[in-house]
Amino acid sequence: MSILIDESTPIILQGFTGDKASFHAREMIAYGTRVVGGVTPGKGGQRHLDRPVFNTVKDAVRATGATTSLAFVPPAFAADSLMEAADAGLRLVCIITDGIPAQDMMRVKRYLMRYTKDKRTLVVGPNCAGIISAGKAMLGIMPGHIYKRGKVGIVSRSGTLGYEAAAQMNALGIGQTTSVGIGGDPINGSSFLDHLMLFEQDPETEAVMMIGEIGGPQEAEASKWVKEHMSKPVIGYVAGLTAPKGRRMGHAGAIISSAGDSAAEKSEIMKSYGITVAPSASELGSTVAEVLRRRAPTG
Amino acid sequence: MDIHEYQAKELLSGYGVPIQRGAVAFSPEQASFAASELGGWHWAVKAQIHSGARGKAGGIKLCKTYHEVHEAAKSMLGRRLVTSQTGPEGKIVQRVYVEIAEKFEREIYLGLVLDRKAERVRLIASAQGGMEIEELARTSPGAILQAMVEPAVGLQPFQAREIAFGLGLNIKQVSRAVATMIGAYRAFRALDATMVEINPLVVTKDDRVIALDAKMSFDDNGLFRHRAIAEMRDLSQEDPREAEASQDNLNYVGLDGDIGCIINGAGLAMATMDTIKYAGGEPANFLDVGGGASPERVEKAFKLVLSDAKVKAILVNIFAGINRCDWVAQGVVQAVRAMGIRVPLIVRLAGTNEREGRRIIADSALPILSAETLADAAQQAVAAARAAH
Repeated sequence: MSILIDESTPIILQGFTGDKASFHAREMIAYGTRVVGGVTPGKGGQRHLDRPVFNTVKDAVRATGATTSLAFVPPAFAADSLMEAADAGLRLVCIITDGIPAQDMMRVKRYLMRYTKDKRTLVVGPNCAGIISAGKAMLGIMPGHIYKRGKVGIVSRSGTLGYEAAAQMNALGIGQTTSVGIGGDPINGSSFLDHLMLFEQDPETEAVMMIGEIGGPQEAEASKWVKEHMSKPVIGYVAGLTAPKGRRMGHAGAIISSAGDSAAEKSEIMKSYGITVAPSASELGSTVAEVLRRRAPTG
Repeated sequence: MDIHEYQAKELLSGYGVPIQRGAVAFSPEQASFAASELGGWHWAVKAQIHSGARGKAGGIKLCKTYHEVHEAAKSMLGRRLVTSQTGPEGKIVQRVYVEIAEKFEREIYLGLVLDRKAERVRLIASAQGGMEIEELARTSPGAILQAMVEPAVGLQPFQAREIAFGLGLNIKQVSRAVATMIGAYRAFRALDATMVEINPLVVTKDDRVIALDAKMSFDDNGLFRHRAIAEMRDLSQEDPREAEASQDNLNYVGLDGDIGCIINGAGLAMATMDTIKYAGGEPANFLDVGGGASPERVEKAFKLVLSDAKVKAILVNIFAGINRCDWVAQGVVQAVRAMGIRVPLIVRLAGTNEREGRRIIADSALPILSAETLADAAQQAVAAARAAH
């Protein structure tokens, strides 16, 4: 098993015919992902990468039975594309786009509440690298070959730091179930907590690595839940110990502006809820290995 | 992005927030002329820098004559003003705002922020205006009144009324304060702000309310649809290297250490800096070269990092996803050849085409130290920086 996607998940791309989307769609297909078509308004009826193009998400869903989408839509139109996906009844939308206004995401989140919980679309991102279920399917822009099938889930704000974690685990022979990038924006579609809940229910996942960074309350919220509800061990890391207060570190959401936002505070919060925190970014893999060893039944 | 007080007031005024009459001046002569044009008997001359706490730092002067206005402006313009928020280097004053000064009875705090936890806009108010809200939140959190705005319908009059009555205002003042709060919210919403602060909002003897000071910050991601606001950006208020970097679409933040960093991805950049610190060194900067690290961008990144004289070693850490390591390696080799980089350079390449990338570095016969892992890269950089001292 894995979470969110696997080799049978029917996937469409929003903004399918653009250069970036085409490049990554090819990579996804090569990885074994079931890409069933895409949406580009005005290009409905054409074929692209040997797959049908539709004008609207609803058309695509009707014709292909897609449940999931990867959105490559410019910032100005991104909120609209997410609401369109939600209204078409997609189960999951992952949005890569960097640069979406925070108030647009605020309205998207509000819009999603129109649907009852069992019919509500899960949005992953924006400003993220996407989702990969190792060896099964890829919904994003990551280098697929660095992930190996295994038993550890990864949920990370940062894309490249997520890659780093996977590479360090692989070097120690530890593979992954699914790796999820929740993105570096201040208001994102889904949080650490949303994905920890899914990993907790996934029978194949034995432990989860949670990689946070400065800014925002989501690491703390997730840590509290881990303490209260999670049976599987969680290994944490928070990037930005050397980040000065009040400065935005690349990601729109990576800024220390209020109490609890700093990496030191977040690491302490994680530890206080029983999460094992990697002492440095160069020990992400070894800390996971140590936790798995401790957990392994002796004798 | 931050703007100046006078710009924030002008914007807010367009949404019905009452402000005092004032004018911006770039010279002492303009300042005294502005005072004569504005009329009135007293004027406040206010240094326009991107910082609060200007009053205590001598950045706000109350003047009774045109001559005093002239002298106040003269004492501020061209100087660096150091406040409790600017850091020791302060910020340069290139313009002053001359405003009619008027007596007032009370000072109130009003603020709007984007609350990341609630994912809503939060309205904050306090009867103790003039104080910094962070200070107030620590000392007397009970004195802070708040309302959360439902994004589908916006700030409602009843919410503003509850706060206005909570502040102890009389009915005349309440109706004006409500209009001010709703105006400020509309500005926040329409202009993609992330923060609006009116501190203080003063109440006059004849029951008017006036925004005596105003601050606005904007979501950089929203600026594409607000050209006029994007043009208000004042590069003189930013770190010169950071301003230069942003022109090249590179994310750079200067720090105090001696190990220059060039990394792809914000999270990996922060983590690499942390690893340098963990290995006993100090990073000189944060620099995210982004997804498409073309040779040209890599060269620009080197220029930027090397413009910091403190830099004793450079660490390049690329985990290539969309990027390809061979492409980055070419950029590094090209930059080293073109610029004649004299400090030790440590390069760690991982991900897509890492072998080709490493081969390009090795074949270049340039004095570049190659590292396989993050830990190795950080240790080599720290050792190189130490040896250079």
